[in-house]
Amino acid sequence: MWQRLLAIIVKEIQQLRRDRLTFAMMFGVPIMQLLLFGYAIDTDPHNLPTAVISADDTTVTRTIVSALSSTGYMRFTHRPRSEAEANALLQQGKVQFVVTIPSDFTRRLVRGERAQVLIDADATDPVAAGTPLAAAQPAIEQALRRDLIGPLAGLNPKAGGVELVLQRRYNPEGKARLNVVPGLLAVILTMTMVMMTALAVTRERERGTMENLLAMPVKPLEVMIGKILPYIAIGSVQVAVILLISRLLFDVVSEGSIALLCFGTALFITVNLAIGFTISTVTQNQLQAMQASLFILLPSILLSGFMFPFRGMPEWAQWLGEGLPATHFMRLVRGIMLKGADFADISGNLLALGAILLMVSALAISRYKVTLD
Amino acid sequence: MARAIDVHDLVKRYGKRTVVDHVSLAIEQGRICGFLGPNGSGKTTTLRLICGLLTPDGGGGTCLGHDLVRERDAIKRQAGYMTQRFGLYEDLTIRENLEFVGRVYGLDHLKDRVGKSLERLGLETRQRQLVGTLSGGWKQRLALAACVLHEPKLLLLDEPTAGVDPKARRAFWDEIHSYAAEGITVLVSTHYMDEAERCHEIAYIAYGELMARGSAAEIIEQSGLSAFIARGPGADRLAPQLRDAPGVTAAAAFGATLHVCGPDRDALVRAIEPFRRRSRTCSSI
Repeated sequence: MWQRLLAIIVKEIQQLRRDRLTFAMMFGVPIMQLLLFGYAIDTDPHNLPTAVISADDTTVTRTIVSALSSTGYMRFTHRPRSEAEANALLQQGKVQFVVTIPSDFTRRLVRGERAQVLIDADATDPVAAGTPLAAAQPAIEQALRRDLIGPLAGLNPKAGGVELVLQRRYNPEGKARLNVVPGLLAVILTMTMVMMTALAVTRERERGTMENLLAMPVKPLEVMIGKILPYIAIGSVQVAVILLISRLLFDVVSEGSIALLCFGTALFITVNLAIGFTISTVTQNQLQAMQASLFILLPSILLSGFMFPFRGMPEWAQWLGEGLPATHFMRLVRGIMLKGADFADISGNLLALGAILLMVSALAISRYKVTLD
Repeated sequence: MARAIDVHDLVKRYGKRTVVDHVSLAIEQGRICGFLGPNGSGKTTTLRLICGLLTPDGGGGTCLGHDLVRERDAIKRQAGYMTQRFGLYEDLTIRENLEFVGRVYGLDHLKDRVGKSLERLGLETRQRQLVGTLSGGWKQRLALAACVLHEPKLLLLDEPTAGVDPKARRAFWDEIHSYAAEGITVLVSTHYMDEAERCHEIAYIAYGELMARGSAAEIIEQSGLSAFIARGPGADRLAPQLRDAPGVTAAAAFGATLHVCGPDRDALVRAIEPFRRRSRTCSSI
């Protein structure tokens, strides 16, 4: 019995050794992912981009801004001149917070009246908004106590003298599902669309039908589009089902235009299918195609902003994330569904998806061979 | 008569290995040419070069009057190539497969054509059956039917009868002849000598080089070999002793008899002389 068992084991190892790509993926991928995600993922995100509108430039207001900055949660990246400009930044997801200090802030503080600092947060992702907001109030009070000494000591407000007004926009109740459900759309589509097309072409190769197909007068573009189109239909049905269930069971309704959502989704589905097709042109069998699909899927879950706040990741991880279609689609869907974003707000994401589509399709077509060479 | 295939000095290399080495081949329209040679001799590669599936590293020529490299699409439209490995979809039915092929070639009256093809095959009653459930012989006949659906002028068949039982092989060859009678040129690779004899002419390839050309009888003639058959008890056991004798090229048992051959008739006679005396009969063939 042991001998026969050994025979099978030896054969398996020999076969595995021949399949270099699979072998490399089995060891390379986990190591890479461990490093990638180990360093990239931060459930307590820091350095979130923040815009500040300070109409009152005094020592006190500067102290407050630097206090917010020193919490480590906020990084002041924008200085919009108007409230409208600040709102646009928030709407497009370029900043997580907008800090507004009114022009009469110092005067009111000196008079002993209640002075207000306003923080608007993009609360679509409750995780990204929660901790920084909680840390803001104590940080401001502590800084004022510390910095306003000597002749300025008289300004030092009694506790509660500075009132922090928080506005959690888009998701005021901080419901995680409002954020997760639209995000799931991106993950589910990535998972099924990439994998299905990747397998569709490698299957032809594995079953030996590829040679027959190539001997017939079909063009690479025709094969690619022909293989992709049916799955676009399947993807559309998937989206409809997800949105319907979200609405019926989770009360997630879209704030923005459904037509725009459909357009963005169609583009995203196409990008994923093109990626799947590209995978199928570089892999030899279905097993490899499957593994390569996972290679796209995992970052799409972890680095796209689905699981963890995108802005909380280190910069290099954000750059990687920017290269993933799921990241842009996630922003697009959340923008439309939660923030009611319009075409102008999401045009950047659409453009990014279009660019990825072009690059991937070019690669796929250049890799797909009309001959067996 | 016009030549369906006219290629010269075809070369195909994989790395340092030359798989096809300056093969030239001309086949006239309506002829059946048998492509013979041992495994790995370059038959499949040559066929793939001719139908445009591979790009030659050297040489060139025309197929149905179209350039091998530049007019690949035109060749693909007018030629039918049957792959060695079954290339139809096992998870589609017989009819679905034929319809798929027909649509790829953009054929009109698809239903009629598929219907006629099924009729010719005798598979009308089983047209809804999944192809994966067919026996080897039927699969090959279906593959051939799929190849000729678009009425090609040239058929390239790569070992179409490998692993097929003799009866199905005979049926398959009858079909090949009926296509040739319609004016289709056929280039068919095979290992079977009996099949080679059913061809109008033979091209023999070995180690990537074309060795001989002509009809089956001509090739036997050209070989310049003489042969004897030994009969009698134990004749078939003599092969090992005769094989290495001077003047003997090959000695092989055929049932209870022994076939011996060599290039020089006199030398061969001398070699078999000692065995002839031991009450065995030897006759010349």
